[in-house]
Amino acid sequence: MAQANLTGAIAAPQQSFPHPEKWEWYHYFTFNIDHKVIGIQYLVMAFIFYLVGGCMALAMRTELATPQSDFLDPNLYNALMTNHGTIMIFLWIVPAAIGGFGNFLVPLMIGARDMAFPKLNALAFWVTVPSGALIVGSFFFGGAQAGWTSYPPLSAITANTAQSMWILAIVLAGTSSILGALNFIVTIWKMRVPSMGWNDMPLFCWAIMATAVLALVSTPVLAAGLILLLFDINFGTSFFDPSRGGDVVMYQHLFWFYSHPAVYLMILPVFGIMSEVIPVHARKPIFGYKAIAYSSVAICFVGLFVWVHHMFTSGTPPWMRMFFTISTLIVAVPTGVKIFSWVATLWAGKIRYTSAMLFAIGLLAMFVFGGLTGVTMGTAPVDIHVHDTYYVVGHFHYVLFGGSVFGLYAGLYHWYPKITGRMLNEPLGIVHFVLTFIGTNLTFFPMHQLGLKGMPRRVAMYDPQFHSINLLCTIGAFILGISVLPFLINAIWSWSQGPKAPDNPWDAKTLEWTTESPPIIENWEVLPELTEGPYAYGEEPAEVPSS
Amino acid sequence: MQGSINPASEPTVAVEEHHHEGHPDLRVLGLLTFLCSEFLMFAGFFVLFLVYRSQAGAWPPEETEVELLLPTINTIILVSSSFVIHFGDKAVKRGDIAGLRKWYWITAEMGVIFLIGQVYEYMTLGYGLQTNLFSNCFYLMTGFHGLHVFIGLLLILGVLWRSRREGHYGAHHHVGVEMAEIYWHFVDVVWIVLFAIIYLLTLL
Repeated sequence: MAQANLTGAIAAPQQSFPHPEKWEWYHYFTFNIDHKVIGIQYLVMAFIFYLVGGCMALAMRTELATPQSDFLDPNLYNALMTNHGTIMIFLWIVPAAIGGFGNFLVPLMIGARDMAFPKLNALAFWVTVPSGALIVGSFFFGGAQAGWTSYPPLSAITANTAQSMWILAIVLAGTSSILGALNFIVTIWKMRVPSMGWNDMPLFCWAIMATAVLALVSTPVLAAGLILLLFDINFGTSFFDPSRGGDVVMYQHLFWFYSHPAVYLMILPVFGIMSEVIPVHARKPIFGYKAIAYSSVAICFVGLFVWVHHMFTSGTPPWMRMFFTISTLIVAVPTGVKIFSWVATLWAGKIRYTSAMLFAIGLLAMFVFGGLTGVTMGTAPVDIHVHDTYYVVGHFHYVLFGGSVFGLYAGLYHWYPKITGRMLNEPLGIVHFVLTFIGTNLTFFPMHQLGLKGMPRRVAMYDPQFHSINLLCTIGAFILGISVLPFLINAIWSWSQGPKAPDNPWDAKTLEWTTESPPIIENWEVLPELTEGPYAYGEEPAEVPSS
Repeated sequence: MQGSINPASEPTVAVEEHHHEGHPDLRVLGLLTFLCSEFLMFAGFFVLFLVYRSQAGAWPPEETEVELLLPTINTIILVSSSFVIHFGDKAVKRGDIAGLRKWYWITAEMGVIFLIGQVYEYMTLGYGLQTNLFSNCFYLMTGFHGLHVFIGLLLILGVLWRSRREGHYGAHHHVGVEMAEIYWHFVDVVWIVLFAIIYLLTLL
């Protein structure tokens, strides 16, 4: 009965949410409840913050070109280092991958006219705007300087006002995450077109479902920890003050209970993007649909029990080190399942080397490397050696830049025609890819060597013996900075001047390609019906859903 | 123009009904999902409290003992209010709006009494938020819970406000009533855990 009612609601949506015929540009700056508008709002806002965070990184790399502190004030360096991490995580990758692609694609992929709670959805976006404003504003008070982890006692004694603003910004971003997550869970669970079962869903939706569950259970714990820190800083409590009975390690537990899953919040949606991009451009059915789908769920579950591997040097007892080493290594199994499934999908496919596909293949190479260094560090003995060195920085930039950002670029190239109704320029895309690939490896690969040689991270000055390798990283960083330009020019120019995109430029099988480019308001005149699986390439041609 | 696309504008009764008929259980499901998240936030505080308790020599320390009589009375009031609010829910499902209003009023009054009791307890304890680690935890956790009671109270008052309108709630459209009730039960369950670990554990 619920199902019948639901279909009724879908058939007559205009009654509940009156929309105009067409969105004008200024509608994109308002409290708009259309999931596609919200998706674009997230993507554009996140990309702007990506540029801001990127400029911060370039400033830091310029400082690190020489061993002395000669370009930035060391306190400013600390503030840039802290907020570079914060912005890239909370205002770029998470909002772009979950808020941007999730909102734009999930209702289109499951054949819904919108998310389950459109107003809540808009609210979740607009909560991130003050969050970004607080981060930017904190620089007028010196900027938070305790690293994105904000461990007390450092965070409790430096730049109190800026640190408090930072905490509020993260709590706001977390609130947005939670509201978004519950919306995704209910939408994917209840709003699929009646002909779509769980195992007919595109893998991106599986990934978003797993991500949403993870965000839902882990984010509130971070909020709890941060509220306690806020009280310690401003209201004279002593939760994390050992001189008055508190315990700094408890903060680390609360923090990492969220922040390790946050790694999966940043990579699982990107894995979902991979599972869409690879079969379309390899012209082959995805290898191991269920294995990929359920491995997302497995990562989500196991990912909740690995957080202490960030704390092997925090006086962690041996049994805990043992337990969390093992659980950490177990995460490599479902991740490996995905990687091998994508490789098997590529195997003997008729691969089209589009920009989207190049970034997807780039991700495969880089993420495997980042994953392997992750496994080495997941074992306590190695971790204790490389803890807080540049090895860690190299590792997580391979998974977050070589992984998440490459995946976001792949998604942008793949869905840009659907989002804007225009095609991107492919040669510029290839230039973008080549520069990004060279820049990424040149910047982050040498960091592993720096780390193994003992260069500590988060410092503006270093021993002169590390000079030449650091210079190499800095050159790479500038190539990476320049690599954004072809994309930016391409995206802005094509949005108004690019060739018009057909409904289904890549001959893909998922539902978002059955509507117009860009999709009409309410997505379809008549809701599509599933006639074949999402990845039925090269199989017996069934009747193509009418477009 | 703005009014036509801005969903935040006052929804009409017809829209409410339509939305409800559209997907009767989604909003309740959304709330339950949200409460899972909320519960984990409290769980974070509970775990923190228990760890600190296990690490401390005397917990609560000498000068910051807790009082037991008033919180026990408060617990009885809050737990029974969960039954009272359920009568209201049953009433609206029979289409008995007067019954709904009566039971929700009683619930709201019990909630107010609980909050007054809480504030009275704060004022008579003789120690404050900053006294020591135990009092930090005590005030933060009970205060945070009190905030949730307050929000629940606002939801109940919202239901009462809306129920003045003829036909706003009925035997077949009462999602708002149900959501306020679920939230209230949640606040109640959290209190029971909180009462057990903050107050009852001191008896051991």
